[in-house]
Amino acid sequence: MHVENLTLAYVADAPVVDGLTLEVPSGQLTAVVGPNGSGKSTLLRGMSRLLAPKSGRVLLDGKDIHQLPARELARKLGVLPQGPVTPEGITAAELVSRGRHPHRGLFGRLTGADDAAINEALQAVELTELRDRPVDQLSGGQRQRVWIAMVLAQGTQHLLLDEPTTYLDLAHAVDVMNVVHAAATSGRTVVAVLHDLTLAAQYADHLVVMGDGQIAAQGRPVDVLTAALLDEVFGLKATVVEVGGAPVVVPDRRLAG
Amino acid sequence: MRSRTVVLSILFAALAIVVALVSLSVGTTKLPLADVVEVLLGGGRRGTRLVVLELRLPRVATGLLVGIAFAVSGALLQTLSRNPLASPDIVGVNSGASAGAVAVIVLAGTGGGNISGVAAKVGIPLAAVLGGLLATLIVGALSIQRGVVDAGKVVLIGVGIAAAANSLVAWLLVIGDVNDAGRAAAWLAGSLNSRAWSDAIPVLIAVVLLLPIAMMFNRDLSALVLGDDVASSLGVRVARIRLMLLVIATVLAAMATAGAGPIAFIALVAPQVALWLTRMERPPLLTTAMLGALFVVLADLLARNGLQWAQVGPYELPVGVLTAACGAPYLLHLIGRQQKGRL
Repeated sequence: MHVENLTLAYVADAPVVDGLTLEVPSGQLTAVVGPNGSGKSTLLRGMSRLLAPKSGRVLLDGKDIHQLPARELARKLGVLPQGPVTPEGITAAELVSRGRHPHRGLFGRLTGADDAAINEALQAVELTELRDRPVDQLSGGQRQRVWIAMVLAQGTQHLLLDEPTTYLDLAHAVDVMNVVHAAATSGRTVVAVLHDLTLAAQYADHLVVMGDGQIAAQGRPVDVLTAALLDEVFGLKATVVEVGGAPVVVPDRRLAG
Repeated sequence: MRSRTVVLSILFAALAIVVALVSLSVGTTKLPLADVVEVLLGGGRRGTRLVVLELRLPRVATGLLVGIAFAVSGALLQTLSRNPLASPDIVGVNSGASAGAVAVIVLAGTGGGNISGVAAKVGIPLAAVLGGLLATLIVGALSIQRGVVDAGKVVLIGVGIAAAANSLVAWLLVIGDVNDAGRAAAWLAGSLNSRAWSDAIPVLIAVVLLLPIAMMFNRDLSALVLGDDVASSLGVRVARIRLMLLVIATVLAAMATAGAGPIAFIALVAPQVALWLTRMERPPLLTTAMLGALFVVLADLLARNGLQWAQVGPYELPVGVLTAACGAPYLLHLIGRQQKGRL
């Protein structure tokens, strides 16, 4: 996946993402981090056709995503928007089965291949036992994993996830990140917008730091996430320590007096 | 879940047919059910055939069809707006259609209380569809916020548009000839009295054409309930499908309104009852359609004969009065159940 000189804006003359170019490494987990308002979620929308670019383009396997038919794109690129709304009463298995939409004909029932993809996705997020439970009765972390299972069932080579761990406590966030990381390990290209720097650094193969609609830095987390960068981009005074080969951000306390 | 909706659809269709047969047998001349069935199968004596096929069947058929049309319209609008209150009778579609139809009845009326052939057959349904589409257009345009239709606003603005359309209707009734206005007022209550085949046929055409089209998009609707962003990334062309289903829902409600007047609450209640019984995450179209047909013919049977059966007297109510009386408490329940700050 290749982002070329992409400019995105909600109102004219106020670009949120400004002439951004990014080569997404294939078969790896890329985490996009940045301060609030840096344009990271907007970038993801632009990469997924939820937002039309003002200029520039996004290439998927060499083709502009805006030139592809909607269904063909949906078979190549799965997207989980931020905070999706779960309809009342839908069961986990039903929600996951919606991921098969781009593979199905007008009237056709779910095929064996569809069922296999749904079961595999539920297994990947470890929710097979809860498949017939209404999603609105699951915990926040389980609910988020059901949604990830839905995009996994879509069976796409590329996945874009917008803040999949928002509002989750650390244990549930780790459960979700394990699933996301496993998807990349199995050969998918995954891009996730994350707000937790330490979590991003622990899991990402490639880290993209955004500031003011541009890429401020990118590369291996251990190379990118430095005290100097945190100060410059986030305005955060912090110490970066290394644990198990990955950087951990420890904010400096500013105590009164 | 799927098999449950199929079983319920068949059940409600069967019940609707039973009620329809009973409805064909009762009236000033009581006919045995066997005679009714015989006539429908092509036999029977000439007098019986006349009563069943020319006098009673148009009314019952119109009832079944407008029930389907209102109910499916409600199911579509509620699904598209993700709001159980957004049905054509609440958000102004029926009122817009009524204004259109009343305009034709009153302005093209001959003063004899009966407008002539072509104006009635083509003019009323056409004006109703135009009025309904205009109401939908205004509600849609006013409730768009940053490119997205705001589900809460749809209902509030819809109620406003309904009020505006109703005041237009009131004005038309005032300026109109007294006979035309009387005819229009009876029609406005939602009535199946003295329906003819010419009332049933436009609704039949709308249902036969539009229900299958709506059902072809069942799967897209299932994706749309997950939100526009998710649906769009699943390959649904959201804007196009929303617009198309919105037009289908509007035309169905408007044609039903033209056929039998704005019968209240069928569009609001049938989808929600179907939803509750099937435990799906959106009202299933076919189950809702059958339930709507059942509700209207049952309500009409009771409205027509209830007061006589209860030995109150030889009075007939318009079907819309009965559905309104039954539907109003449900509407209050629904408003009470809505989350704070959302309508």
